[in-house]
Amino acid sequence: MSRRFRIVTKAAALALALCACAGAAAQDLLIRNARVHTATAQGTLEGTDVLVQGGVVRAIGKGLSASAGVPVVEASGRPLTPALFGGISGVGIEEVSGEQSTTDAALALGNGPKDMVVRPEFDVTLAYNPDSILVPVARVGGIGFTLLGADSRPGGSIVAGQGAVVRLDGSPDPIGPRVLFLSLGAGASGLTGNSRAGQWMLLDQLVDEARGRIAPDSPHALLTPAGRATLARYFSGNGLVVARVERAADIRQLLRWSQRHGVRIAIAGGAEAWKLAPELARAKVPVFVDVLANLPSNFDQLGATMENAARLRAAGVQVGFTQSGDASHNARKVRQLAGNAVANGMAWEDALAGLTRVPAETFGVADRTGTIAVGRSADLVLWTGDPLDVANTADQMWLGGRAVPMRSRQTELRDRYLRGEPSREAGQLPLAYPAGTR
Amino acid sequence: MLRPLTAALCAALLAGCASTAAKNPPPPASATPADPAREAFASTYRPIAAPPVLITNATVLVGDGRRLDGADVLMREGRIVEVGHGLAAPADAVRVDGTGKWVTPGLIDAHSHLGVYPSPGTQSHSDGNEMTSPVTAQVWAEHSVWPQDPGFGTALAGGITTLQILPGSANLVGGRGVTLKNVYANTVQDMKFPGAPHGLKMACGENPKRVYGQRGGPATRMGNLAGYRAAFIDAQAYAKKAGDKDRKRDLKLETLAGALNGDILVHIHCYRADEMAQMLDLAKEFGFRISAFHHGVEAYKIADRLAAEGVCAALWADWWGFKMEAWDGIQENIALVDRPQGSCAIVHSDSEEGIQRLNQEAAKVIAAARRVGIEIAPERAIRWLTQNPARALGILDRTGTLEPGKMADVVLWNGNPFSSYAQAEKVWIDGAHVYDRHDPSRRPVSDFLLGGVR
Repeated sequence: MSRRFRIVTKAAALALALCACAGAAAQDLLIRNARVHTATAQGTLEGTDVLVQGGVVRAIGKGLSASAGVPVVEASGRPLTPALFGGISGVGIEEVSGEQSTTDAALALGNGPKDMVVRPEFDVTLAYNPDSILVPVARVGGIGFTLLGADSRPGGSIVAGQGAVVRLDGSPDPIGPRVLFLSLGAGASGLTGNSRAGQWMLLDQLVDEARGRIAPDSPHALLTPAGRATLARYFSGNGLVVARVERAADIRQLLRWSQRHGVRIAIAGGAEAWKLAPELARAKVPVFVDVLANLPSNFDQLGATMENAARLRAAGVQVGFTQSGDASHNARKVRQLAGNAVANGMAWEDALAGLTRVPAETFGVADRTGTIAVGRSADLVLWTGDPLDVANTADQMWLGGRAVPMRSRQTELRDRYLRGEPSREAGQLPLAYPAGTR
Repeated sequence: MLRPLTAALCAALLAGCASTAAKNPPPPASATPADPAREAFASTYRPIAAPPVLITNATVLVGDGRRLDGADVLMREGRIVEVGHGLAAPADAVRVDGTGKWVTPGLIDAHSHLGVYPSPGTQSHSDGNEMTSPVTAQVWAEHSVWPQDPGFGTALAGGITTLQILPGSANLVGGRGVTLKNVYANTVQDMKFPGAPHGLKMACGENPKRVYGQRGGPATRMGNLAGYRAAFIDAQAYAKKAGDKDRKRDLKLETLAGALNGDILVHIHCYRADEMAQMLDLAKEFGFRISAFHHGVEAYKIADRLAAEGVCAALWADWWGFKMEAWDGIQENIALVDRPQGSCAIVHSDSEEGIQRLNQEAAKVIAAARRVGIEIAPERAIRWLTQNPARALGILDRTGTLEPGKMADVVLWNGNPFSSYAQAEKVWIDGAHVYDRHDPSRRPVSDFLLGGVR
């Protein structure tokens, strides 16, 4: 490799330019001549400027001007989108998936699958580490927010616990309300006596308990006082329940259960959700799909198809994206899901909405992020090209109007090894030493 | 096939050998009869008869680094006849208008578990890891392959025409891999790539020590190395008695001896750079050649050495972090491995999802490389999915590029394949039109998918 190799990217140059602008507040900015994908009813605005003051979008239009000293970014027609949603993930609540000491997404207080412990009050956001190595990696991919998800595991229950949206700007606390996660279907039937039917039995029992129809000191009581209070809130419609479920038959039961008890739900996964698209649209249940999950990986997904997103949307369902695989480290892969949804029949604007507005609205942060609109926080990404195409990358992201360094541990590793093997003969120190100290 | 002596020489001299290896693909496997298992469970694959096909006026990526714009591709009797401009079609040829479309060789996945870990992933389908002993060189992946895996069909829709099915990575030595043509059949023998050498799956690092740590070992990386060495010492002793008529066949040692003499190509699951270096030294100690490291999340740290030793690196575009040995993954890994002269970078899947979109994985690498000023042309990147995996599997003399005389394994794309929007419109295998995105009669449906609503 060439030792004289120099790394000069647009993003780096741009960051330097921003730093050089003394005087203006860090959250002031004018982006000029962008293809602005607003993710609102306004759709896409060609050759448009976006003015940011105090971290908030103040104007969107043509020929905008900024006061002296405010940094100006020439977009030259490149796409500008809201900062993207990274799906339901464990960014910041896991580092190395295989190392238990670094993962916090699932609670298992019981001893194995036959020892169900139901703790809906479990809140994964308390484990969130804004300094996680994964946070900057996601940001480099244009990901600005994610919903921290709680997972079910043996020794816990199908009521996995709570998560919330975090903005990946280094702030420690969620920006949205808590949501409750449920695990249903094949993946979780081992947690309810090896039957899917047991899941509805258990959930009805929890409804009874949360509503006081089972006394706290009953031998059948499953909840702590905090757990009762938590479930009482979600079961009265004050809070969203996100159900991970794939099979149409289970989704049908979920719809009935949620309507019976007045529970507000969204679906994650939903491989066969397209089969119930009209019902889901009528019930206004958003579905977060993994577009690439097109195989019958189990008997809950015999109807899996790449057209799931397009079919749901065509029926009027609000469609977002989330991954079933390594959703944390590869959170940036959600863009590929959206692009492939388009390749399989979904409208481009709808696919972008699935990465921006739909998750923001569904998870209660639409007043903060998810669209480019006057009055919204300037959570923006400037792309090299069509953001739904993996052939393009994020040039620069701003969160709350602040330019985010487009660096991560991965880019540092890359830059270190781009230096090439040092010559011991020439007296050069190993790569472990900083560049320039040879 | 490089003989052990040559391999050692290469390692000593470093430069030059790799490109020699690339230019001189191994001879057809039938010319190397040293492996007594060669004819067992032999391929019964037969190409499907088809009329000649002329694709006209397409952007053609030949697979060997060349790009021809507005070019034609002629295939006949299962072979590539010619790639060029203004080709004349035989009277009975099917003409396909390639205007605005791109043509590439059929994609090759060097690392798949389709059939051995099929969909649905039921317990009873879990046939990829013989986790009963750390060295199970005696098992053959082909004996686990379920030909009705729906994943073969979805991979075909992604342009995959050839794939190597490997045992999993639980064991130090997992067993033999098999190379298949991606055409549905009732038996795996009917899918076996005729004359392709077997692969040998080995695994470094975390997996074997995790699986066997509480079961008699190995429990450590040093235990891993001791395990490989003990196995190859046994194989050397077995190989020495090759002329002994009374020697009882030992399937385990037969496979390892086949790896030692080069009949079986060695594929090693190995993430870390330091471990790959250990395995290169292991190969040197026992005089065998490593065909490819797989996963190689840190391959970029030793890109020059891999190229100099003529070892391929079959990699993901950007997987990282799911375990400790994957912590140092970067998005430019394949691009950096690809840079040195004589390199052999491969995009592999190890995934029933990823195998459907190897082209998009490559697109991610191209995009990431561009951020640091490395421009990779499509005609170069396509080699990661075609020529280079063909080289690693020992079948480059028969497929992997669109050179005349090779198998007519061809994909017609709806545009530049390196995009989220790219789709394989038509796929030919040995000249037979086996997939068409716009014609349901040319889209395979595995037995398993019958009866459901999709």
